[in-house]
Amino acid sequence: MNVRLYVWQRLTAAIMVPLVLAHIVVIFYATRKGLSAADILARTRGSFAWASFYGAFVVAAAIHATIGVRNVLTEWSPLEDRGAGMLAGVFGVLLFLLGARAVVAVVLP
Amino acid sequence: MSDSRSELMVSLWRGAQQGRYETYKVPLRENQTVLDVVTFVQRHLDPTLSYRFACRVGMCGSCAMTVNGRPRWTCRTHVSRVAARGQLKIGPLENLPVIKDLATDMRPFFEKWQQAKGAFAPSRTRSEDMEPIRPDSPARMAADAAIECINCAICYAACDTVRWNSDYLGPAALNRAWTLVNDVRDGATGERLQAVAATGGCHACHSHQSCQELCPQQLNPTASIAGLKRRTTWAYLKGEI
Repeated sequence: MNVRLYVWQRLTAAIMVPLVLAHIVVIFYATRKGLSAADILARTRGSFAWASFYGAFVVAAAIHATIGVRNVLTEWSPLEDRGAGMLAGVFGVLLFLLGARAVVAVVLP
Repeated sequence: MSDSRSELMVSLWRGAQQGRYETYKVPLRENQTVLDVVTFVQRHLDPTLSYRFACRVGMCGSCAMTVNGRPRWTCRTHVSRVAARGQLKIGPLENLPVIKDLATDMRPFFEKWQQAKGAFAPSRTRSEDMEPIRPDSPARMAADAAIECINCAICYAACDTVRWNSDYLGPAALNRAWTLVNDVRDGATGERLQAVAATGGCHACHSHQSCQELCPQQLNPTASIAGLKRRTTWAYLKGEI
């Protein structure tokens, strides 16, 4: 960990704090109101707001988790900085693709 | 038959990096310190035992060892405070290479002090006037709160991050850097912030706080490291480092 990674990790954490809270509120709302998958898709499809909200979430989470996983690998595995960075990078890309795929699936009309 | 109330069972690390604990019986005395126990073993039971001490009064910081699992100054630790059921287990400090028995190689510890730019870099020559410093200025108070470190390496031995990350500079070196960052007479702040913001610097700290929990001087290196994190982050965002 150096100051550059530290700033990125804190920045993405700060972005995610309100997003996580809003996400939890959305979950409670959807379950309490008994929204079906069709109801949810009707709200999210073609919505720029939901695409931005969850798109930002996915990007922030992928960056944040990559830095965290890199830290875990450098401290807890025999990998050096470079190897840990590459492995964590692969994990981050995978996380981003999975998240982006889910966002695309619910917002594309 | 020995009287268990008048004797201590003392396990001492023997060997170098590879070795084993050997047990000795040592007479229990009033007001006995752990250093007294180690000294008794060397003088009366096994003269080949190696350990390090100097002042015996908690000023030099050279007698630190692992006592019943925790790093401590052996000269200032009374047996009565730590000997659970009359038993003591004394080993060398953790996170440092063992030279022999209870003596560790302190070089990595002091090399990291140097990496963290722990040496004062004067900004004035001897022919110039001294910088006036108000004792109640925030910077001087921050420096004073961290200045009493005597380099005993107890915080370094107690630190989980040092154990996991051999590049990590450790609490003592970073605490020292914090005192200098707050010393207005010092002229190497930029260089020092760069050194402690690099890989293995202050941002590697997980704030477990073992350093401040076990520091015999009651210093708080965790707070010093948090201060360095703030200073280096601002310096980075402003493009200064």
